[in-house]
Amino acid sequence: MAITDYPDEKLLHLYRQMYLVREFELRAINERRAGLIPGFIHSCVGQEATAVGACAALEPTDVITSTHRGHGHLIAKGGEPKYMMAELAARTTGYCGGKGGSLHMSDFNLGILGANGIVGGGIPIAVGAALAFQQRKEPRVALSFFGDGAANEGAFHEALNLAGLWKLPVIFFCENNLYGEGTPQAKQAPVADLAIRAAGYAMPGVIVDGNDVLAVYEATKAAADRARAGGGPTLIEGKTYRYRGHYEGDPMVYRSKEEMEAWKLRDPVTGFRARLLAEAGLAEEKLHALEAEVQAMLDTAVAFAAASPKPQPQTALEGVYGDTDGGLVF
Amino acid sequence: MRTITYSQAIYETMREEMARDPNVILIGEDVGTFGGVWGVSSDLMKLFGEDRVRDTPISETAIIGAALGAAMMGLRPIAEIMFGDFLPVAGDQLVNQLAKARYMSGGKAKVPVTVRVTTGAPGSAAAQHSQSPEGWYMNVPGLKIAVPATPADAKGLLRTAIRGEDPVLFFEHKMLYATKGEVPEDPDFAVPFGQAAIRREGHDVTIVAIGGMLPKALEAADMLAREGIAAEIVDPRTLVPLDKATIIASVHKTGRVVIVHEAHKRLGPGAEIAAMLAEEAIGYLDGPIVRVAAKNVPLPYSPELENFVLPQTQDIAEAARGLATRKL
Ligand SMILES: Cc1ncc(C[n+]2csc(CCOP(=O)(O)OP(=O)(O)O)c2C)c(N)n1
Ligand SMILES: [Mg+2]
Repeated sequence: MAITDYPDEKLLHLYRQMYLVREFELRAINERRAGLIPGFIHSCVGQEATAVGACAALEPTDVITSTHRGHGHLIAKGGEPKYMMAELAARTTGYCGGKGGSLHMSDFNLGILGANGIVGGGIPIAVGAALAFQQRKEPRVALSFFGDGAANEGAFHEALNLAGLWKLPVIFFCENNLYGEGTPQAKQAPVADLAIRAAGYAMPGVIVDGNDVLAVYEATKAAADRARAGGGPTLIEGKTYRYRGHYEGDPMVYRSKEEMEAWKLRDPVTGFRARLLAEAGLAEEKLHALEAEVQAMLDTAVAFAAASPKPQPQTALEGVYGDTDGGLVF
Repeated sequence: MRTITYSQAIYETMREEMARDPNVILIGEDVGTFGGVWGVSSDLMKLFGEDRVRDTPISETAIIGAALGAAMMGLRPIAEIMFGDFLPVAGDQLVNQLAKARYMSGGKAKVPVTVRVTTGAPGSAAAQHSQSPEGWYMNVPGLKIAVPATPADAKGLLRTAIRGEDPVLFFEHKMLYATKGEVPEDPDFAVPFGQAAIRREGHDVTIVAIGGMLPKALEAADMLAREGIAAEIVDPRTLVPLDKATIIASVHKTGRVVIVHEAHKRLGPGAEIAAMLAEEAIGYLDGPIVRVAAKNVPLPYSPELENFVLPQTQDIAEAARGLATRKL
């Protein structure tokens, strides 16, 4: 679909979400340096288009599983920056009341089944969600985000096989950013395109430019439509790149400046902004207004997090079990 | 003797053993180019080549399985698993294959595999990056379990593991990597498994401190000393095999025992030690066996919650004081 075929609102929404993801990450990085955030962060700066494009193709009743690099996925699925920031700051008002942090944020009302600290850990869970939808004949879809590195875990292969076998309504979305921590993808897998693995599990494998939000949206929409119609799973591979270290503080000895600079020329956020002005004919004031609104929202989020209470130590004992709770830990 | 860090001690041992024996290899995620996520393997890939220091895909099952198969064929692999929390991803290869290979084969399979793995909470790393899983594997016959608490032990126990004949889970506590201590330079310096160390002598109460808890136990003993209570600190150094004799001898002397570990209290290593003492040394005890350990909840992210869940110096001192000042 040409960019001019999209309604302005849709384009503005996609841009706003990507801008929000980027700016949220930059704020979080700053707030971590400033001491508001105690734990580590894996930022998704540079990978905004995969998160936003894929989630824009889902319905509110659809669900996702996410990863250690999950802030973008959460925001794209509707997660509220202030509850996310409060969780990162380990406050009672955060998504997990301060118990989870970056690696474990979730919002079940929004269909966000959780970030994950275990590489590949979310993939089988999405298959299970899809199983429930199929069983109850609900027209819902589960989408699992994971990295190129995760595609080498047994969990990936077992999950795809099961989904292919049972024709489950699930989308496997691989964000291939070319690295798993410090190891390039070429040293982790004997194939450059992970999408070809779909063939072994009888599902389509689709490669998209993961820095092009419209390409991601269209590929995911097609997969979601097919899944909803009973056509089974799809493996989508979005080729993208993370700008920052694997974690904040990573010395990045494993990649070159030239490579990083080359990818920045294909920036998913500023690139799309330029297209909105040049190709879609949107007025710059509209973008300015939207950017100002996002910045104000993030100001509020940081202030909300900083002003929220820290949890009382004894509450650590609550919430381990569902039916024997009330602080009872045995 | 020189003073080096725990991390350097482990690095040196790998370097020395790789230089000494071409069958020793290192495999794991980011152990090569990156030098290990914890920095421990630093330049080993440069020194020994990509053949002997292998960066693997993120595939824990394959890492442990490959180490096992290679060991069956005569290599002596060191496999690194970045966090103890990820051991269950390789659960079958570890528990059903590696641990049992020798026994099930009637002794034909020889599997000298050292699994280097980190343990403990580095601070706000939450439920899947903070666990101390030593106890999970104590229940698996066939695995030896080392819990070095000092740089010298890190070196000496690792050498014993690499030169030994059996699978070893070698638990490196994240908060110990930067700690310093004297380490012998002798290229054959080794610490045998199953020999506890008395870290401090005392006659009032025994504190059995495991791995990362040793610095906190020593701190607690200092506090107690100022109050006139002399605590004896026993560091088991390996949990399997366990040096029962040294622990029992200490308890015989003091009549009181506190067992301290960062693993969860329920069925943590302390449960085994307490049961052993109940079976074999109950007559020496003048009071209950007390365990100081993590509370039985997943490790939370918030520092306030995490500090509450993890055993602290104060908790150790309080438990030991309570026993030492108890009216008999
Ligand atoms: C089972 C498991 N193994 C290893 C790790 C450590 N780890 C965290 S993120 C990561 C790299 C993941 O790479 P990829 O899947 O490509 O995601 P990316 O970080 O590039 O987004 C690794 C090895 C982990 N968290 N879980
Ligand atoms: Mg990656």
